[in-house]
Amino acid sequence: MRRSKINIPAMIFLIIGAIFILFPLYMAIMVSLKNPQELGQSILGWPSKIFWSNFPNAMAATHYWQAFTNSFIITACAVILTILTNSMVAYAIARNMHKRFFRYIYFYFFAAMFVPFPIIMLPLVRQMSHIGLANQWGLIILYVVYGISFNVFVYVGYLRSIPMELEEAALVDGASRWRIFWQIIFPLLAPINATIGIITAIWAWNDFLLPLVMLGDPGQFTLPLQQYALQGQYSTNYSEAFASYLMALLPMLLIYVIAQKWIINGVTKGAIK
Amino acid sequence: MKLLRRYTMYLLMTVPIVALFFYFHTLPALTGMYYSFTNWSGFGSIQWVGLKNFIGLFQDPQVMHSYLFTLEFAAVTTILVNVISLLIALALNAKIFLSKTFKAIFFMPYVLGTLVVSYIFNYLFSNVIPTIATQFHWTALTQNLLGTQYAWLGIVIVACWQGAAFNTILYLAGLQTIPEDVYEAAMIDGASAWRRFWGVTFPLIAPFFTINMVLAAKTYLQVFDQIVALTNGGPGNLTQSVSFLIYTNGFSGGELAYQSANAVVFLLLLLIVALVQLRFLQRREVQL
Repeated sequence: MRRSKINIPAMIFLIIGAIFILFPLYMAIMVSLKNPQELGQSILGWPSKIFWSNFPNAMAATHYWQAFTNSFIITACAVILTILTNSMVAYAIARNMHKRFFRYIYFYFFAAMFVPFPIIMLPLVRQMSHIGLANQWGLIILYVVYGISFNVFVYVGYLRSIPMELEEAALVDGASRWRIFWQIIFPLLAPINATIGIITAIWAWNDFLLPLVMLGDPGQFTLPLQQYALQGQYSTNYSEAFASYLMALLPMLLIYVIAQKWIINGVTKGAIK
Repeated sequence: MKLLRRYTMYLLMTVPIVALFFYFHTLPALTGMYYSFTNWSGFGSIQWVGLKNFIGLFQDPQVMHSYLFTLEFAAVTTILVNVISLLIALALNAKIFLSKTFKAIFFMPYVLGTLVVSYIFNYLFSNVIPTIATQFHWTALTQNLLGTQYAWLGIVIVACWQGAAFNTILYLAGLQTIPEDVYEAAMIDGASAWRRFWGVTFPLIAPFFTINMVLAAKTYLQVFDQIVALTNGGPGNLTQSVSFLIYTNGFSGGELAYQSANAVVFLLLLLIVALVQLRFLQRREVQL
């Protein structure tokens, strides 16, 4: 009986917490919709007249569409290549864990999770420019490669729950491992592919440090890097700065609003595997 | 023959990717370790200097301070994030209205970029809070927090605002694995809510506590984006984290070899922290 009552202290706690979470975004929206004079009078109040032109101005000043396109291409390629390659490696490992060679590869990837990026960072930049990959293509490769540690861990956990009988039957029919993987196993991995895709997309889209050390040409800058590079020019015009912050956050926020249930479930599944 | 072909295909699926992983991940890490024993500044001649860089690190007040700051920041943030997210998860798991909406709100910060979020908070600390504080005559808050000796608190707040999202979801998943009848049994025994939490709930979600603590510690020891956008290491070098120092002085300070040595020490620190946490925390876990 008692458990059917609404828990009032929990509700109050959550409401306070939600206000704390939403407040910075509310402030960002209010600041971005005002002209500088009105911002001087009130930061948090509703604007007396909405000043939309901060958005097109910020768009032009930060080359928004260029940075957006860069981020989009990098994220999309990283997600697709990650799913295709990492699932394949994980499959080979998961089906051969009894073999020492594959088990060592698994431990190798796992151990690599504990290597912090700073120790890789300094030599990496030289190595990448030496082979001509200190650009967005190199960046895509790094996302695909650096994700392997965590992703293989998640994939292997899931693959072990898929019964082998399916594959044995196909094998008897003369199908190669390559075909078995792509035609039978890969489609079965769809839910975990979605998880990996979501986690990779959030990471690659928001990442700052890797683009910072890898990209030299401003024409290739991603959205976060562009915000960083142009920070100095906004020391006075906060409204325009906030319009550009919001536009940098907006794509992910929109996707989240549309697919939040999916994203939350996907990330949970990846994390508890 | 057929057996051989079977393994050939498995090897073809693995070896190229492992080779790429070695080339792009492990090779630079090993190169960094090699640099740490030399005097290389990024160009010119390269000479083996043994442990000179490492000895220098431990006598360098700037480096020592960055470790102290990073450890304190990571300890405070890891604990705070876990306490907050556990509380949120418990509240979300209770009988409430709009539980889906709340869940969506609390998870939202996870999808937002840390750098841009930190820029927004930077303005909050430097303009909004001082303005409001002046209006209400709260003298203590009229200054920009990020310019004072308490700047680290600002970084902790931003890290918690964003970091609680992921841990909350994990704890919630943990709480949902506990069957209802376990609680009912405890309630029939007359256990108070406090006792029920420490006696039943917490031991049962201990594996989630372990993973959250280890992941959070690893993340916050490597804090970088927040520092760049909030304080840039300042005021003075009060909020220089280890990653920030390695980046700043390693790339533009001509200290390539020296900061590589710093990174090696940092790697060892992360390994030790993770191992200690795993040993210490896993002992507390129980199975239902």
